[in-house]
Amino acid sequence: MLSFIARRLTVAIPTLLILVVLSFVLMYTAPGGPFNSERPLPPEVLANIEAKYGLDQPFWKRIAVYIHGVIFNFDFGPSFQFKNRSVNDIIAQGFPITLTYGFWSFVVAVTVGVSLGIAAALRQNTWLDYLAVGISIGAQVLPNFVMAPILLLVFTLWLGWLPGGGWAGGQWQYLVMPVIALSTSYMASIARITRSSMLEVLNTNFIRTAKAKGLPTRRIIWRHAMKPAMLPVLSYLGPAFVGMITGSVIIDIFFSTGGIGQFFVNSAFNRDYSVIMGITILVGALTILFNLIVDLLYAWIDPKIRY
Amino acid sequence: MLRDDATVEALQNASHMAEVRGRSLWADARARFFRNKAAVGGFVLLMMIAAFALFGGLLSEWEPDFVDFSLMGANASEGVPSFETGHYFGTDSSGRDLYARVVQGTGISLMVGVVGAVVAVIVGTLYGAIAGYFGGRVDGTMMRAVDILMSIPFMFVLILMLVIFGRSIFMLFLGIGLISWLDMARIARGQTLTIKNKEFVEVAVATGVHPLRIILRHIVPNLLGIVIVYATLLVPNMIIFESFISFLGLGVQEPNTSLGALISEGASQMQYGVLWQLFFPLLFFVFTIFAFFFVGDGLRDALDPKDR
Amino acid sequence: MALLEIENLQVSFTTADGDVNAVNGVSLDIDTGETLAIVGESGSGKSQTAFAAMGLLAKNGRATGAARFDGQDLLTLSQRELNKIRSHDLAMIFQDPMTSLNPYMKISDQMAEVLMLHKGLGKSAAITEAAKMLDAVRIPDAKARITMYPHEFSGGMRQRIMVAMALLCQPRLLIADEPTTALDVTVQAQIMQLLGDIRRDFGTAIILITHDLGIVAGFCDRTLVMYGGQIMEEGATDDLFAKPTHPYTRGLLNAVPRLDQDEETLRTITGEPPNMSRLPAGCPFSPRCAQVQPNCPTERPALETINGARRRACHLPVSEVA
Repeated sequence: MLSFIARRLTVAIPTLLILVVLSFVLMYTAPGGPFNSERPLPPEVLANIEAKYGLDQPFWKRIAVYIHGVIFNFDFGPSFQFKNRSVNDIIAQGFPITLTYGFWSFVVAVTVGVSLGIAAALRQNTWLDYLAVGISIGAQVLPNFVMAPILLLVFTLWLGWLPGGGWAGGQWQYLVMPVIALSTSYMASIARITRSSMLEVLNTNFIRTAKAKGLPTRRIIWRHAMKPAMLPVLSYLGPAFVGMITGSVIIDIFFSTGGIGQFFVNSAFNRDYSVIMGITILVGALTILFNLIVDLLYAWIDPKIRY
Repeated sequence: MLRDDATVEALQNASHMAEVRGRSLWADARARFFRNKAAVGGFVLLMMIAAFALFGGLLSEWEPDFVDFSLMGANASEGVPSFETGHYFGTDSSGRDLYARVVQGTGISLMVGVVGAVVAVIVGTLYGAIAGYFGGRVDGTMMRAVDILMSIPFMFVLILMLVIFGRSIFMLFLGIGLISWLDMARIARGQTLTIKNKEFVEVAVATGVHPLRIILRHIVPNLLGIVIVYATLLVPNMIIFESFISFLGLGVQEPNTSLGALISEGASQMQYGVLWQLFFPLLFFVFTIFAFFFVGDGLRDALDPKDR
Repeated sequence: MALLEIENLQVSFTTADGDVNAVNGVSLDIDTGETLAIVGESGSGKSQTAFAAMGLLAKNGRATGAARFDGQDLLTLSQRELNKIRSHDLAMIFQDPMTSLNPYMKISDQMAEVLMLHKGLGKSAAITEAAKMLDAVRIPDAKARITMYPHEFSGGMRQRIMVAMALLCQPRLLIADEPTTALDVTVQAQIMQLLGDIRRDFGTAIILITHDLGIVAGFCDRTLVMYGGQIMEEGATDDLFAKPTHPYTRGLLNAVPRLDQDEETLRTITGEPPNMSRLPAGCPFSPRCAQVQPNCPTERPALETINGARRRACHLPVSEVA
């Protein structure tokens, strides 16, 4: 188990380093620095500012300082845009918000998707199956940026039930629409994957053996079919996680929730590179961590995979 | 010495096998595809959408970039969809004809989707086929690289690139193409691993055919089925991807537009009671994605007939 | 009364292109402690006959007729009633031991659940019991290995585990569907040996479904030959092997390699296995039969009893079968 994690980390660490270097190089090669605004600053002021942020240093020195800061102090440096605020401050402000609605979206997508998929598979070709398939096909064409305006139109503009945006410390009224908008399309995919993998498992020889043993259907489903049927779902969770974290950008913009997505896009438009890089690296690290958890779960379910 | 589960399957497809005799795999797949109502419906819908994007402009009474200044600010009351004014879908907040804009946006979205998918499929297939064919350390290294790239949050990197190098369709293609070949590479590799043990490949190897030639002449053609299916399912994902970027205002730039950009504009207008500006782009978006998914599913079932 | 009595069994599958009949009016019976071989090529309907009795037909399959086990018609039982009989009185082992065990569960769990369900044992008692049974099928070091997963065993070992699992409740009838097909020849012999011991030690009746006449000879009391979903011939094994009364049986026997004959006399049956969706109206074997008569393709021969203990379905008189 420990060596399994260690082996995974030997991939994870270079991945993160590549990510850091890649985004740093992109930033370095960017034409025009963060302080080249419409109204040019006097050269000596610009030189002063650049010296303050270390922008006058050569490439190798800058990247070394940056990587050193990230690795040893978890310090992503100062923001170029907001004076006196570090990237860490910004992340500390936005990240808990993203994490909250992201967590609930994930829970909703997985629980609803899996239940829907299993129900459909067990009642194949009944109204329940058609309903579940219908929902999952329909929801596939409703990515977050489509769901968000539709929800806003219906629940805020027409029905007036829910506030159109904001966070208010994460009260449930402010959480409902972000969670639904973010989770719908992933819920649909999970339902489809669950249904087809459950159907496939129910057709295997070992399920036939279980039936021949006289086991009741419920036991066959839960003890014999569930684990293997969940393997494809598990492999989908990695991409789903990335997709949701990416979708948080839309959610933050559309519902003004104030998560890291909002900071990310603002910084992108304002060339606040240190914030962009900090968030990109954070998201990358989360993705890697999440994939590690998925791998561990996978190995736990499938005895053929050795830790 | 046949195995019995094979028998059951043979039985279940028995009459079907009787028909197949003497018919090629592709003809058989085509027959299966056309028996699938959802797939045929999706195909017809897709053709209609393509026709709309290509020739819809001929029916338009206005140019997509013509700004009717008299409608500016009065869009909610004056820009209502109507055949009399020639604005079939109404106008947008700048007084432009929405019908012409939707024609343009649908076309660009389709183009982005198809080109992005083609790039992804070509790169991914070759990469996967090479990794799978050579196997061993080459395979290990190449697929490890894919693993690494897969855990990079590409949307964030792409946004960064678009900001740094400026927004252009070329950057968009590059970014989308760079990300989307990874899955294809994995699929192609998996298939290659099974194909390379087939006799015809072994014969080619034994007779000293150059590895690259084997990959291009023997492996890739046999990947075609799965590649086509994957490509069809990739196009809608590319369209969603592009729309996502355009929704953020980082994708296709004015005066060009795409469905994502139009949806974004429409969403910002709905609070003024202008629903058509959201409705029509959304309608075309949803139908396009639906059509591709149905065709893709139909193709998959036709080329890989398994009870799903 | 026979232990299992199948009467006029029909099995059909609904496919996209219409119904396919896999089993067409099969009747057979087996007594307590008896061994019956059902022999036929793939597609002869021999496995589907067993699946129908066990209630294990694929979703699109339908069975009519009757399959009375101890007087109860298995085809009309509810799922719950059938589950009480399955594995408890009527067990089955399958052709492919590599995929017939659940790869995601320990052997101990897979075996124990049978005893917990049918015998009401507690888990640890059930595992102890299961380990004893593994011992009985000669799995070395059973106590320790029972906690392993299927992939840690070889094919032959897995089939032994399947046998052990099927025998846990000491069923009265064991259906073995091609139990040795997927195994190496030496392992085949071991498994057959094992089945023989089981019959001797437990008095279990066995239906052996196989395409391999070689393993039938020394093992089964009676043999039933099927083709195209119908019974061609049935009789005591020795009798049937010595004097086949059906051209198909004759052909099968000729196709078995024998050490006491020259190789030139090994003859195969020409033609392909039957296409179940387009069987002739008459005898299903008629397209491949060397002694086909004018009425064979159109007129189905009745299954008639001869000499008291044998049945055959052929238009050709017994004396003319060569």
